[in-house]
Amino acid sequence: MPQSLVTMAYIVATILFILSLSGLSNQETARRGNYYGMLGMAIAIIATTLSGAVANTAYPILIVAILLGGSVGAVLAQKVAMTQMPELVAIMHSLVGMAAVLIGFANFMDSASSLSGVEKTIHEIEIYIGILIGAVTFSGSVIAYCKLSEKISGKPLLLPGRHIFNLMLLLAAIGLGWLFLHQCESGEGCLPQFMLNHGGALPLLIMTVIALTFGVHMVMAIGGADMPVVVSMLNSYSGWAAAATGFMLSNDLLIVTGALVGSSGAILSYIMCRAMNRHFLSVIAGGFGTGGGGTAAEVVGEVQPINADETAQLLLAAKNIMIIPGYGMAVAQAQHTVYELTKLLREKGKKVGFGIHPVAGRMPGHMNVLLAEAKVPYDIVYEMDEINDDWGHVDVSIVIGANDIVNPSALDDPNSPIAGMPVLECWKGETTIVMKRSMASGYAGVGNPLFVMDNTRMLFGDANAMLQEVLKVLKA
Amino acid sequence: MKIGIPKEVHAGEKRVATTPEAAAQLIKLGFSVSVESGAGAAADLSDQAYQDAGVNIVTDTATLWQQSDIVLKVRAPELHPALGVDECDLLREGGCLISFIWPAQNAGLMDKLAVKNATVLAMDSVPRMSRAQKLDALSSMANIAGYRAIVEAAQHFGRFFTGQITAAGKIPPAKVLVIGAGVAGLAAIGAAKSMGAIVRSFDTRPEVKEQIESMDAEFLMLDFKEEGSGTGGYAKTMSPEFIAAEMALFAQQAKEVDIIVTTALIPGKPAPKLITAEMVQSMKPGSVIVDLAAEQGGNCELTEKDQVVVKHNVTLIGYTNLPSRLANQSSQLYATNLRHLLTELCPAKDGVINVNFDDEVLRGATVIKEGKITWPPPPPTLSAAPAAKPAAPVLTTAPKKSAVASALKQLLPPVIGVAALFALGTVAPASFMAHFTVFVLACFVGYQVIWNVSPSLHTPLMSVTNAISGIIVIGALVQVSATDTLVVGLAGISILIASVNIVGGFLVTRRMLEMFRK
Repeated sequence: MPQSLVTMAYIVATILFILSLSGLSNQETARRGNYYGMLGMAIAIIATTLSGAVANTAYPILIVAILLGGSVGAVLAQKVAMTQMPELVAIMHSLVGMAAVLIGFANFMDSASSLSGVEKTIHEIEIYIGILIGAVTFSGSVIAYCKLSEKISGKPLLLPGRHIFNLMLLLAAIGLGWLFLHQCESGEGCLPQFMLNHGGALPLLIMTVIALTFGVHMVMAIGGADMPVVVSMLNSYSGWAAAATGFMLSNDLLIVTGALVGSSGAILSYIMCRAMNRHFLSVIAGGFGTGGGGTAAEVVGEVQPINADETAQLLLAAKNIMIIPGYGMAVAQAQHTVYELTKLLREKGKKVGFGIHPVAGRMPGHMNVLLAEAKVPYDIVYEMDEINDDWGHVDVSIVIGANDIVNPSALDDPNSPIAGMPVLECWKGETTIVMKRSMASGYAGVGNPLFVMDNTRMLFGDANAMLQEVLKVLKA
Repeated sequence: MKIGIPKEVHAGEKRVATTPEAAAQLIKLGFSVSVESGAGAAADLSDQAYQDAGVNIVTDTATLWQQSDIVLKVRAPELHPALGVDECDLLREGGCLISFIWPAQNAGLMDKLAVKNATVLAMDSVPRMSRAQKLDALSSMANIAGYRAIVEAAQHFGRFFTGQITAAGKIPPAKVLVIGAGVAGLAAIGAAKSMGAIVRSFDTRPEVKEQIESMDAEFLMLDFKEEGSGTGGYAKTMSPEFIAAEMALFAQQAKEVDIIVTTALIPGKPAPKLITAEMVQSMKPGSVIVDLAAEQGGNCELTEKDQVVVKHNVTLIGYTNLPSRLANQSSQLYATNLRHLLTELCPAKDGVINVNFDDEVLRGATVIKEGKITWPPPPPTLSAAPAAKPAAPVLTTAPKKSAVASALKQLLPPVIGVAALFALGTVAPASFMAHFTVFVLACFVGYQVIWNVSPSLHTPLMSVTNAISGIIVIGALVQVSATDTLVVGLAGISILIASVNIVGGFLVTRRMLEMFRK
């Protein structure tokens, strides 16, 4: 296939990727967008394979690798529960990061490139940066995966002097970069025992280890509630890693696609940060409420418990019901019960809606996916901004396993760690029913005055079990 | 322990202290429950219904009182008309009685009970704090009384509540004035409002203004500064000047409104006289006054307790048994209040009560403990009204940075960016610049496209970008034909893992998007 035809195929693939992302602007076009993405990817792979860059001898490896990887991916996609989506996304980011590192090293070892002068230096910088970003993405995503799947604690690990530690890692990476460029010229730093026969191999390897450490340390220091930001940030990194690889290989398709993914992740991170009223840098620097002055007001008062029976009575008496799901709903796998309840209440002529906070759950849009899985029609699922002015018309709101996103102290207590974060103001409705396992505070470790408000009732217990009970009473 | 519920003996009292549902809950707490035969009949609760809930039915009143460790009642003990003995004497030595007592008004009764070495919890003495709301029988009964007051008023008011415009002419809506916006007042406002009347309300406590307005009624302002909130959420007696201003307001309102519901009570004192004979006289003929304070002497001078009288062409309703007129539901609410109190008394759920004086609620409710009069309790520490907040701390505003510095701060990032681009431009070769152009443009396209993505699709967005970032497979593809076996191996592994990403990402996105249905 002539080079110009390959380039043309790449342009078509690029356009298809852009259409794929823009298709996600609403639910009707989203499915079509996904098919555009698949088509674009197929065109890109076929064009590259036929471009002459791939020798016939490599076909067996290629086909085996694609089939094997593809079937693993297909099985994963079929098996994953919707509640585990954040984990899946995180582990997939790590794969992109790892691929970037491997391709970077392969490119570094591949002596075929015949560049010289400034072009060579730039190429070396590209390799260096590509591996750096790839390694950070890889190790960060692995830790994020472990945190999300609760293989390790979601609590932030706050080492003393962690900012200085990060700074030293950064300085070391820059210093090693300089050394790397220098040794590439002089041919020093070879590592024949690792089959790395090029100058600068040693600093490159050390840098990789540093980048891996940095990725681990960065995500370890971030608390569970900040996970949506981390996941979208790693999404962004995986894009930048692809773009850096594109520069390294002088491949425009990779550059464009990487940039699209990178900016997508960056915008998601920005949206998540804004939804938590936190500065991006302070999320990345880790920890919660480390900078705030003064102490948050203690929550005093008595909670008023309620049982499933009374909850059902309240729901029967209400006309306008709003359900606020949080991570607790995902943990209790309660989304199907929630849907059954919704269906029943709607049959009884109630107006039922869902209020979704942007950072509810562990990744952007997590709740929407869970509700969609349970077949909740998406036109009764509202964003925070759509409903936050209408709480006066809501008779009963049910908070299922959410805490910080319905915390009034975010609005009225300037000393609260979550001060200024926009929250769902459900307490402005007639009655709020809060479903919780126990009186523990949320991920942010902040007490919630909502629980002791006069118009709040607490329904303690496992969300799914309690909703089943409510359902039973409603059906009786 | 055994709980006994006798039939109420007060004339016209139709309530009963437990319902079959509440009794079943009590049995779950470990108590055994007996009810006097026919106790619930007036509240439409048959003996059979009680039996079905596992309650023993006892026919003989004296036996029931004798065998019960705890007696639950509605009204305070009084002379039993059929047996001719005082109910206090029926209570067994050292027994426990839970009912309305009104210890301030009933000193004689208190002494009689103390002689019996009884433990007495008065439902009217439950402190008014948030935790005790579920056992606050005064509130639950007042709510019913308020509702019923409007129903009674409607019965005696010979006109429509709601306004109508018909072919045969216009009917104006009734105007209702509710004095005192406590639980009963608010219930009355709600009932009158839902029947279509124009409702106004007055209260000496300014904090209830919001509650009145939330029920869509009009709060009558008095141009006078005096706070009327006493402790425990009750009103207190006001100064003479305030009362004069208040009376002037009522006199003026009396001429305008059709129905007046008065609910003004000050604990431990006779009800304040708010509606004078002249005011009644000035009302339109056919108007109605419902005096919910009739038991404590009435808010209106002309009210007669337990009677409906017509004076100056105005109907004055002085019923004191309004909750009893909705006997079934008031019994249900009262029984639930009692059940909650017993739950507090019996935290171990073993059927044994423990009058724990460290518990503020139980301390407040207990008026006699083992023969010793413990009323009045120490004053409650919590007020139902929010405590006055200390003045908001003055935020020290950070000294404003000079305009130059802030301008510099804003300009600095773009300046650095432009400088970096120029620096790059001076050294970078043309081939790099071509790629760089593509990169920057792609970032901007991505920025524009992603902002349009619906927030509900953020998860599919992440999984699809995940799949797309598998494009890194292209990088591996161009290297898989290298001569170096290690390079080929690395490229092969890269193809493998990138394929996981591509296929997994697209398929899981498809799976998710299939779920999004209208």
